[in-house]
Amino acid sequence: MTYGVVLFHTTSSAMRAEKLLIKEGCAIKLIPTPRELSSDCGIAVRFCWSECQRIKSVLEAAGVEVDTVRQIQS
Amino acid sequence: MIYLDNAATSWPKPPGVLKAMADVLERAGGNPGRSGHRLSIAAAQVMYETREKLASFFHVRDPLRVIFTSNATHAINIALAGLLKPGDHVVTSSMEHNAVMRPLRSLEKRGLKLSVVPCASDGSLDVSDVARAVKNNTRLVVVNHASNVVGTILPVAQVASIAHRAGALLLVDAAQTAGSIPVDVQAMGVDLLAFTGHKGLLGPTGSGGLIIGDKVDASLMEPLMRGGTGSQSALEEQPNELPDKFESGTPNVIGIAGLGAGIDWIMERGIEAIRAQEEELTRVLITGLCNIPGIKVHGTLDASRSTAIVSITAAHKTVSDIGLSLDEEFGIMCRVGLHCAPAAHKTVGTFPQGTVRLATGAFTSKDDISTAVAALQKVIS
Repeated sequence: MTYGVVLFHTTSSAMRAEKLLIKEGCAIKLIPTPRELSSDCGIAVRFCWSECQRIKSVLEAAGVEVDTVRQIQS
Repeated sequence: MIYLDNAATSWPKPPGVLKAMADVLERAGGNPGRSGHRLSIAAAQVMYETREKLASFFHVRDPLRVIFTSNATHAINIALAGLLKPGDHVVTSSMEHNAVMRPLRSLEKRGLKLSVVPCASDGSLDVSDVARAVKNNTRLVVVNHASNVVGTILPVAQVASIAHRAGALLLVDAAQTAGSIPVDVQAMGVDLLAFTGHKGLLGPTGSGGLIIGDKVDASLMEPLMRGGTGSQSALEEQPNELPDKFESGTPNVIGIAGLGAGIDWIMERGIEAIRAQEEELTRVLITGLCNIPGIKVHGTLDASRSTAIVSITAAHKTVSDIGLSLDEEFGIMCRVGLHCAPAAHKTVGTFPQGTVRLATGAFTSKDDISTAVAALQKVIS
């Protein structure tokens, strides 16, 4: 399965993102940030890669501060 | 038992506050932002919920500009230490609490230029005096929203206009008003708002916050404390992102949960309704006390221009004797003395003896007020 993860600078941004994405009906899960990607914020948002554009546009529209969006395999 | 010390800390708390705090210990007991497991995430969610509630309550656009602190004093210290440098000029009022005065006097010793605008003896501030006090190098104007000694509400929006015209920022100490009087940081032009969680907001002690408005460049502010934030752990330097920059160390999640529940209770009841009730009780209390010979009521004597604080002195009895009698003989709790605000008491004319301060709260009844007035009548005679 190909997943995407959104990484954040702060936990508060991750919480904000989670709340917004759930409200928008996006299927997401909060996970510990994969160590190979970053050591920034301890929590990341994981989603199905096919949802990437939608996830990005929801976060962008709300002005959520995002570090980066990356693809992962698992 | 009648509790009239709500200006020191509100009591009792809504049942939801106690429940929210117990719930956190039971189901959200992790360290927020430090780990990625479910209990850690649950704690982070609790914090974020309260952050959003506070942002909405004070009309702050971005919840991440709400910084959690231990109390209003902590918030004021973050703002002052973060913004001010030697040579900067600051304008404040003579009605300030030591939470403002002591850090400013300390910074003054290290090169800060400080102007203290005198208020009238009823605690009111003539904004034209503020306009005269600001200078080209005024960096910050600091005022309380309402006095903790006599309750007098200051014209914050007008002070904001003066500060902004001079190119200065406005820091407001809302310790006595947050949760008791509507506070809209955008409409009032407040750049930084310091508040405590355990008074009008009905949360527990040890909770509070600082709002850093959009106009404030937080990247130029020095943090008061540095340390672990759970974020950017590879860096040995403090991160610049809000709120982490000013929130080092494990936060008071339990207190923050209680604070969130306090706001829920206020929102449900409506802050306008709370204000109307407190104003009415304060009006009854002022009238009742003014009718007792030998008692002097300080402040504006106008409940509509004041928070729910009534400060009194008596001609032939010390404030400490009055406080002791009220507690021991009548079970009435209030606060006597200087209320950590020597400058305010000098302004009011009650330094160094202080006053007896009676402060109603969201749970005070009309019967409580008439009992207190009758008790004071007996204590004084």
